Amino acid sequence: MNAPVTLAVTLDRLSMRQRAEISAIDWESMSENEGARLRALGLDEGVEIEKLHKGMFGFNDPIALKVGRMMIAVRKSHASAISVVIPA
Amino acid sequence: MSEAAPLIVLAGNPNAGKSALFNALTGARQKIANYPGVTVERKSGHFQMPDGRPAELVDLPGSYSLEPTSPDEAVTRSVIMGEQQGERKPDAIIIVLDAANLDNHLRFALEVIALGRPVVIALNMMDLAERDGLTLDPEKLEKALGVPVVPTVAVRRRGLDDLSAAIETRLSKKADQQDVVVSKERDHGLRKQAKKIANLTVVSETAGRRWSERADAFFLHPIAGPITLLAIMFVMFQAVFAWSEAPIGWIESASEWAAAAVEASLPEGFLRDFIIEGAIGGVGSVVVFLPQILILFLFILLLEASGYMTRAAFIMDRLMASVGLSGRSFIPLLSSFACAIPGIMATRSIADPKDRLTTILVAPLMTCAARLPVYAIIIGAFIPARDVGPGVGLQGLVLFGLYIFGIVGAMVVALVLRSTVAKGPNSGFLMEMPKYQMPRIRDILLGLWQRGWIFLRRAGTIIFAATVVLWLMLTYPKVPIDSPVSQVDYSAAGRIANVIEPVVAPIGFNRDIALALIPAMAAREVAVAALATTYAIDAPDEEAEAKSLTERLQSRWSLPTALAFLAWFVFAPQCISTIAVTKRETNGWKWPMFMLGYLFALAYVAAGITYWSAVALGL
Repeated sequence: MNAPVTLAVTLDRLSMRQRAEISAIDWESMSENEGARLRALGLDEGVEIEKLHKGMFGFNDPIALKVGRMMIAVRKSHASAISVVIPA
Repeated sequence: MSEAAPLIVLAGNPNAGKSALFNALTGARQKIANYPGVTVERKSGHFQMPDGRPAELVDLPGSYSLEPTSPDEAVTRSVIMGEQQGERKPDAIIIVLDAANLDNHLRFALEVIALGRPVVIALNMMDLAERDGLTLDPEKLEKALGVPVVPTVAVRRRGLDDLSAAIETRLSKKADQQDVVVSKERDHGLRKQAKKIANLTVVSETAGRRWSERADAFFLHPIAGPITLLAIMFVMFQAVFAWSEAPIGWIESASEWAAAAVEASLPEGFLRDFIIEGAIGGVGSVVVFLPQILILFLFILLLEASGYMTRAAFIMDRLMASVGLSGRSFIPLLSSFACAIPGIMATRSIADPKDRLTTILVAPLMTCAARLPVYAIIIGAFIPARDVGPGVGLQGLVLFGLYIFGIVGAMVVALVLRSTVAKGPNSGFLMEMPKYQMPRIRDILLGLWQRGWIFLRRAGTIIFAATVVLWLMLTYPKVPIDSPVSQVDYSAAGRIANVIEPVVAPIGFNRDIALALIPAMAAREVAVAALATTYAIDAPDEEAEAKSLTERLQSRWSLPTALAFLAWFVFAPQCISTIAVTKRETNGWKWPMFMLGYLFALAYVAAGITYWSAVALGL
């Protein structure tokens, strides 16, 4: 790729220890309740995150994110609904 | 307390240190009950305000939002709104914030403040925030929020006087309640506002010590993490045996001493036999397991208080997902190792109803503390106490194996349930993992005391009653002198057991086991008391009576029978309290009956397979 200013990927494909900003969340792919819970834990559009850990060897699922000063566990299935941009 | 005592509630995000603040304000005298109609715990206590008036303090379930996503959060919301059945409208609300986590925690605070109710903010864990390199300005926060802000360090009892003074001042003011309108846009706005206020409050931020993150690099490592979890659980089960030896000895000596004292001071007859065989023998054989139960709870409380439990959930999530559950089920299931009742009650935090039902139904397969007495006595009698490796005892290994057996059974059952009666889409896993914390000795001791007391109370009530009834049924009717029939066979209980025996004989159970299984419905550990009482009554002479339960078991049971008995108890459904709590949690008789049926079937099959395999192997 020709070094773009920003690179958009879904959260599950973000590399480890990479900081990024949430650009869009596909709210339609999850239930009302799940969406509310995601927001309650601070995951929302415009939020900065950092991918910190991934689950057991061989699965790489779930993943642990740093959101603000909090660490949040999310499954890959949710992470794939979250698009992030990596600041240049 | 008088009716006039104002009601103060503690609210806040999970992991904000709410319980520590509650403990610090109220001390050890706490009342734990349930809200009527729901199974959300209501923890209350009292504290004294600066003017000497008492106030009632209620610790609400931790919530991320007033927009509830679980039954716990629904209760928090309705108490704050003054709509909870069986609860007065609170006179003031203390919102507990983690000072080091303001941008996340302020969101909930802003929601509550927007209601216009009397609010005081406890800016908690100030010391940890400072250690993290944060300098905060509480006055700026107070100005931005428009409500009093008191910096506190609950675990060091700092700021408590200021807090109660602020509450007292706040109580004198009346406030109007506003309505809340919930939407995605509102959530968005709340978060932005929270972030803005947090930035305003944080005066400076340096790198600080990030030891919690460094610890996670190890504990959440994809390979080292699961190995460590397994090792911790292994050490836990080894410790249950290794550390309890000495205190068990003390309790045994004490009960022998008590029996001897009664024997010396009472004339021969009904009362003496009743006290020695029924009360001291029966209840004593259960109380002896208090040390092991306390050790198990000590580990669970430490894992919970340190923050490791959520890491365990993280590590286990993928495996749980493969049987249709989530890491969230791991915590209720791990609590079920202590007792299925709190475990089943802890399933309230699982949002998905099918997930929750499955977790409730498999929770009794986790080896609860009440099974420990049964395992311990059988393992002690039939498994040699030798080392199979450095620091690894065979007895501990067998115990570990029984726990694993239960876990594997639970996983298989969960998988079957999720594709049959609890069919549904796989739910998600979304959870906060708080920073690691040094567990507070005081809080751990308080927790141990509460659990230990519950166990002793059970021993003194249900277990005592069951033992006494059994003793009476074993003692009467008295066998006629010169009769070739033994007292146990002649007694009422023995006759019932002789009827049941043919049913359990195919799985290697004898009459004594059939006899023990009935009163064990009251509580599993009664099985041990029942065996002890039976053999005490059955003893032909003084010399035989002096033998320990272990020696009697060794002389009367074959190894295959003992192993089958262990296998039975891996699945054993007999605990009325578990059935009752399942009925309450699932709102009806359908699921508890289902649970009872499938557990009995599994127990029977497992014991049968174990018995016949062991016989075939010539054990």
